[in-house]
Amino acid sequence: MSFVDVTLRLLEGFSLTCVIFIVTLIFALPLGLAISFASMSRYKAVRAISKTFVWMIRSTPLMLQVIVVFYGPGLIWGPGFFFERMTAVLIAFIINYAAYFSEIYRGGIQSISVGQYEAGHVLGMTNRQIFMRVVLLQVVKRILAPMSNEVITLVKDTSLARIIAVKELIMMSQEYISAHALIWPLFYSAVFYMIFCGGLTLLFGAAEKKLSYFRS
Amino acid sequence: MPILRAENLYKSFSNVNVLKGVGFTLDRGRVLSMIGSSGSGKTTLLRCLNFLETPDRGRIIVDEEVLFDAADPATHREADKRKKRLHFGLVFQNFNLFPQYTALKNVMLAKELLAKEQPDYRENKAQIQKSIIEEASALLDQVGLSDKFKNYPHELSGGQQQRVAIARALALHPDILCFDEPTSSLDPEISGDVLLAIQDLAKRNLTMIIVTHEMGFAREVSDHVIFLDGGLIAEEGLPEAVFGAPKSERLKSFLGAVL
Repeated sequence: MSFVDVTLRLLEGFSLTCVIFIVTLIFALPLGLAISFASMSRYKAVRAISKTFVWMIRSTPLMLQVIVVFYGPGLIWGPGFFFERMTAVLIAFIINYAAYFSEIYRGGIQSISVGQYEAGHVLGMTNRQIFMRVVLLQVVKRILAPMSNEVITLVKDTSLARIIAVKELIMMSQEYISAHALIWPLFYSAVFYMIFCGGLTLLFGAAEKKLSYFRS
Repeated sequence: MPILRAENLYKSFSNVNVLKGVGFTLDRGRVLSMIGSSGSGKTTLLRCLNFLETPDRGRIIVDEEVLFDAADPATHREADKRKKRLHFGLVFQNFNLFPQYTALKNVMLAKELLAKEQPDYRENKAQIQKSIIEEASALLDQVGLSDKFKNYPHELSGGQQQRVAIARALALHPDILCFDEPTSSLDPEISGDVLLAIQDLAKRNLTMIIVTHEMGFAREVSDHVIFLDGGLIAEEGLPEAVFGAPKSERLKSFLGAVL
């Protein structure tokens, strides 16, 4: 087993890790915003549904959620009903991360002073204009740090996909233990995560710097 | 003919009656000051006029148009509020500038958004944009901030921020400009600049309602003074009368405490 062979094989696993990461973000970021609006709805029933949902998702392990999405439909509707492994992982991840994101958004949105909304209103702005033109960027600035935490956690959470045999990075490296009695590829996989997370840290740092021109 | 008539306004918050039937008229080009202790209803009255609160009873009439009538649900429509608000401008105690925009952009933003809704915006975009910039620049000049166009709010002193807020309110040409304790969160030494800016507006015959604790300023700048006490107008009149010869015991003790 040459170093290059292992690297190539791990890169294969890493590509799946990246797919889970990117697809989860693409869908969970907007879905989280929708859930946060529901959690702040003026209608009590909508708030209750949204908050119950967030509680359920946040109080069960993501690993379990992946299993439920993968095996659940078959148990309920019969063996013909199931998602592809990767699809099941993506569904579970998107829902899980959207729930966490929604709470970060809610905290950010509610931290903006009422005065910002009132100033927009007396200047004849619509609610939409106030949100898009006045509030949003201030919210983004405020939630950048908690979001970077969550996004970096997501990188490592992708390893949970192996519970239903999706061949992401950890699963790929683990196979060397059983097939070749080699443990170093597993340790080596850490390098991939570290480089990826390092890049993200730089990215978030740059974003923070970019938004440092104003204070709110 | 008065530009503003407020009739019999009532407002309560969870069983606390803040306004208990306040009415007044204001002529175009005149300055009205409202004084009174905290909790007397001054700020609530301004917020009602700016449609930030909905009065429980009463009417608000601007230029003979009934903008709000508690008894007429047709005047309560959320969708119309936006247009009605434009009759009034409001300068807040805490400025409430938009932190991510420069002073100039703060003044321009609302005007730009309104301009974009005009049907001819696309055709004359460059020209409209140019005139908005020119007007906003002139307004900042007028409040003495010609060297601060490109500064963000956090780079400005409180007094400068409040003058940007005044320029921002003026940009939409409100019929009536309201000030809610404009100098209360400023150090005494810098509040002078803000008061001068407001006095300058009075000289230009802007119609204004000023809620203030600065009695000397109120006396100097206003044409009419209202003393609110416990949600009612306890005394009103010319500034010389209200400050020089207060009639009610309540006003005498209030002035005695603040002067």
